Amino acid sequence: MSLAPAARLVESAIDVTAPARPGAVAASIASVATGTDLDIAGLCKSFDRDRPILSNVSLRVPQGQSVALVGSNGTGKSTLLRCCLRLIEPDSGAITILGRQVHALGRARLRRLRAEVGFVFQRHNLVAQLSVLSNVLHGAQARHSGPRVWYQALAPRPLREEAMHCLELVGLADFAARRADCLSGGQSQRVAIARTLMQRPRLMFADEPVASLDPNAGEEVMELFADLIRRQNLTLVFTSHHIDHALRFGDRVVALRKGGIALDAAARALDAPTLRQIYD
Amino acid sequence: MTDMIVQPLHAPPPRLVRPSAGIFALYVGVGAFFLFSLYGSNLSPAKLIDGLPNMLRLVGEMFPPSLERLQSVGGAMLETFQMAFAGTVIGVILSVPLAILAARSLTPHISLYYAARWLIALFRTVPDLVWALFFVVTVGLGPFAGMLTLVVDAIGFCGRFFAEAMEEADKGPQEALSALGAGRSEIVFSAVLPSAMPSMINSALFTLEKATRASVVLGLVGAGGIGIELKVAMDLFQYDQAATIIIGVFLLVLIVERVSSILRKLILK
Ligand SMILES: Nc1ncnc2c1ncn2[C@@H]1O[C@H](COP(=O)(O)OP(=O)(O)OP(=O)(O)O)[C@@H](O)[C@H]1O
Ligand SMILES: [Mg+2]
Repeated sequence: MSLAPAARLVESAIDVTAPARPGAVAASIASVATGTDLDIAGLCKSFDRDRPILSNVSLRVPQGQSVALVGSNGTGKSTLLRCCLRLIEPDSGAITILGRQVHALGRARLRRLRAEVGFVFQRHNLVAQLSVLSNVLHGAQARHSGPRVWYQALAPRPLREEAMHCLELVGLADFAARRADCLSGGQSQRVAIARTLMQRPRLMFADEPVASLDPNAGEEVMELFADLIRRQNLTLVFTSHHIDHALRFGDRVVALRKGGIALDAAARALDAPTLRQIYD
Repeated sequence: MTDMIVQPLHAPPPRLVRPSAGIFALYVGVGAFFLFSLYGSNLSPAKLIDGLPNMLRLVGEMFPPSLERLQSVGGAMLETFQMAFAGTVIGVILSVPLAILAARSLTPHISLYYAARWLIALFRTVPDLVWALFFVVTVGLGPFAGMLTLVVDAIGFCGRFFAEAMEEADKGPQEALSALGAGRSEIVFSAVLPSAMPSMINSALFTLEKATRASVVLGLVGAGGIGIELKVAMDLFQYDQAATIIIGVFLLVLIVERVSSILRKLILK
């Protein structure tokens, strides 16, 4: 167990922020004007004092870039994403999202920031007892409050139609009236993506979005998700244990190991065997 | 290799564990108090045996049940169930906001949490006959006092179980909604309540069953319903009429329990 190979990888990582896709090149040029969507500086987090999960992690993600966050189980990928929205309070460090300093935000402003950031969980986290349409409608809670965004039956027409549109984007318009607990895993995750789209996010986090799906469904959902992100030119940070997904859907791959970033490289500069070493 | 007997390095633990002195004293104390309680209850098998003929005579006089006052008994029975139903519905509705305050994860403030918990505990721990006496003094004799009693009963029961159902509701959807910036009431109404709903419906149906049984005795202290008819019949030695009432009560409770269990199956699937 030595860090040497990973450390070499860091040195050899050329042009970290350069995106792989032609489309994203434009995005990264634009990002010079629009700035960085996500800027993590010196993030530290430990759950018990003597065992830091994240120590001094720094990461900048320009607008429109897609970052794959990889690393062994328990290296703190989920913790990192959760700290960004303060679903878990970080111990120290500065996080700037969409130009706002997350650590300094009060309750109300934090809510407004969260509203602009989509978060797809490994578990779809749908409300099982409600209809698919109600679940998608909940995305509008980012902008509205009150009974009209609780249940589809109480929602005004424009919101219902927007929710239907989001369902169409994930190909599940026919399932609008079904109860959420009658869906397959892949369908549920697509509904969760539709809920996030309903939110009209400017930045997207996804924590192992397809880990609970079978290979085919996982492939399908990841393709769909990546495609929707690309079309809206959203910034994406996602975690995955699929080396293949990390290389295909990320412009850039960031690997966590022992509380720090062990590798940060353009996806096109990496291949599967190299990336594998990070797990050794 | 003839010796198949395994010899572990560690001896197995003793079969029985000798209780500590404190536990032993506790056993003895509980046993002693049980004997003392029998004494306090005037336990007397002789009296029970002597009384058996009385019981037989009573049962004999109950049959055949009298159908003389069937109409007024029927009316009182309806009133009893009306009290139970109205009291349960109102109590269940009032329990929802109270349970939200009494759920640790949802309460807006810790002092409201304690206030709500305390109120629910008070409603639950004071027996319903005491509440009935209290309400009879407050609003006078009649079914209204009984209904208020059953409202309080329902809150004492549902408040607690609703709060527990809400605390145990699936955390995933709640986290997903708070991650997208939803407010507290959005999370409560669109994630917590739907998740807790099956369990809440279950509790509400139990409350209705409980209230139906309770509503029968409330009449004894003048809080409306069939209880007073039963007491009058017994006091006037009209055991055949009492029998009609008892059979009626039995049927009412049975029907409510059956319907409630059918509803439970239909709704909860
Ligand atoms: N709420 C918590 N309380 C205490 N410890 C936690 C908590 N959440 C995570 N941890 C610990 O922090 C470490 C990192 O967890 P995290 O879930 O971030 O890892 P991960 O990289 O996402 O792993 P995986 O690949 O399995 O999803 C783990 O050791 C975990 O046990
Ligand atoms: Mg994780």
